[in-house]
Amino acid sequence: MARRELTEINAGSMADIAFLLLIFWLVTTTIESDMGIKRQLPPPVPDDIDIPQAKEQNVFNVKVNFLDLLLVEGLPLDMVDLKDKAKDFLIATGDGVMSHVINGETIAKNRDVIMITGANGKINAAFPERELVKRADVRLKIAEYQQIVKIAAPEDKDAFSKVLEKWNVKLKTIDLLGGDYKQLPASALISMQNDKSTTYDTYIQVQNELQSAVNELRDELALEKFGKTYRELEEIYGRNKQDKKTLDKITAVRALYPQRISEAEPRDASANYY
Amino acid sequence: MTQALITTDMGKFKKGGSRPSGSISTASLPDIVFMLLFFFMVATVLRTEDEKVQVTKPEASELYKVEKKHLIRYVNIGSPMDTRYGTEPVIQLNDQFSQPAEIQEWIIKERETLAESEQSKMWVSLKVDKETKMGVVTDVKQELRKATALKVLYSATSRARTGEEE
Repeated sequence: MARRELTEINAGSMADIAFLLLIFWLVTTTIESDMGIKRQLPPPVPDDIDIPQAKEQNVFNVKVNFLDLLLVEGLPLDMVDLKDKAKDFLIATGDGVMSHVINGETIAKNRDVIMITGANGKINAAFPERELVKRADVRLKIAEYQQIVKIAAPEDKDAFSKVLEKWNVKLKTIDLLGGDYKQLPASALISMQNDKSTTYDTYIQVQNELQSAVNELRDELALEKFGKTYRELEEIYGRNKQDKKTLDKITAVRALYPQRISEAEPRDASANYY
Repeated sequence: MTQALITTDMGKFKKGGSRPSGSISTASLPDIVFMLLFFFMVATVLRTEDEKVQVTKPEASELYKVEKKHLIRYVNIGSPMDTRYGTEPVIQLNDQFSQPAEIQEWIIKERETLAESEQSKMWVSLKVDKETKMGVVTDVKQELRKATALKVLYSATSRARTGEEE
C-alpha cells in the first residue's frame, strides 16, 4: 500500500498545454528571414558637379526599358545571357582573353571572349584594358614610399603610410595569386539604367545576374587558388575578424574581380532608344 | 520472468497472452513539444509591425544575410492590403503609409534609436513587391541617398543561380 501513495501526477495533458503554447507562438511570430541583394548607394551628388564620363570601353552598359527588355552594350539581349556577357566584360583585357597565366593555367579558362560592338559602332571597344601589375614595379613603389614616409612632415605621414599600405597589399596579392596580375582600370564599371516603368522584379533580376557574374568569377578564382569558394572565405573571415590570412586572400580575389556595379543616376532610359 | 514482472507491475496485461503490445509511453511528449517550442522561440522574433501592403518578394540567388537584425529598418512598398486605400503602390514606414518626402525625417529618427557607434551601420531593407514599377523605388532610393542611408538590402527570396540546378 505504501507504493500506492507515490502515484505520479498525470502528465498526459502536459503535452496538450505545450502544444497550445507552441501553436500560439507559431501564430504570433514570423521567422525573420531577411535576405537580399546588398548594395551601397552612391552618396548624394550636388547638382553643380559634373560627373566625369568614363571611357566608353570601360563601361558595361545595361539598360532596361519600360517593357522590361534589355539593351546591353547597345544590343538587345535575353536575361539568361546577361551573366555570361557581364563575365566577358570582367575577364576581358582589351587584347582579348585574360591572358595572364598563373601556375601554367589561365584563370578564365574554357571561355571565349566574344567581341562586342560598342554603341559607337566600333568592334572591341567594349572591353576595358586591364593594366599589368608587376612585382618589380610594386617593389620599387614600396621602397619609394618607405623613403617618403621616413622624411615626410608629421602631418603628411598618415596619408603616405596609407599609400604605402596599399602597395604592400598589392605585393601580397601578387604573392597569393602566384604572379603578376592584370587589374581593371579604376574607371571600369558595370552601369545599369532603368526606366520609371520597369518592373521591380526585372530590376532585381538584372542586379542579381550582374552580381552573379562577379561572384562566380570570384568563386572560380578562389577555388583554384585557395581551394575554397569566395563565399566560404568570406564566411570564415566573418566568424573570425582577426584572421588576417583569409582577409589577404579575399583582398587578392577582389583585386582581380572588383565589385563595380553602379547604381546610375536615375533618368528615363526610354528616351534613349524609343 | 520478464513477462511475470510486467504483469504484476502494470497489471494491464492479460495473463498467459502472447507478447504484450503495450501502449507507447507519452511521458516524453511534453519534453519534445517544449523543445520544439523553445526552438521556435529562439529562431523567431515577435511580429513587431503590421504589414499594411501586399509584398511578394522577387527571387534572387546572390543573397546576403544581415547578421545583426537590430540594425535593419524596413521600407515596404506595394499595393495596400486594404483596397479602400487604392491599388497603386504605397510606401509603408513602420506602421503607416508615407510619402517619399517623409523618408529623410524617418531615417533620422530611426538612426537615433541606435547606439551612437552603430548609427553608421544601419541597414535599410527594401521589401518591395515584384510587380511594382521602378519609379517609386527610385524616388525612395534618392531620398535614402539624401539622408545618407546608403546601405540598402533589396529583400528577396532564395533561388538557384541561373544555369544551375539546386
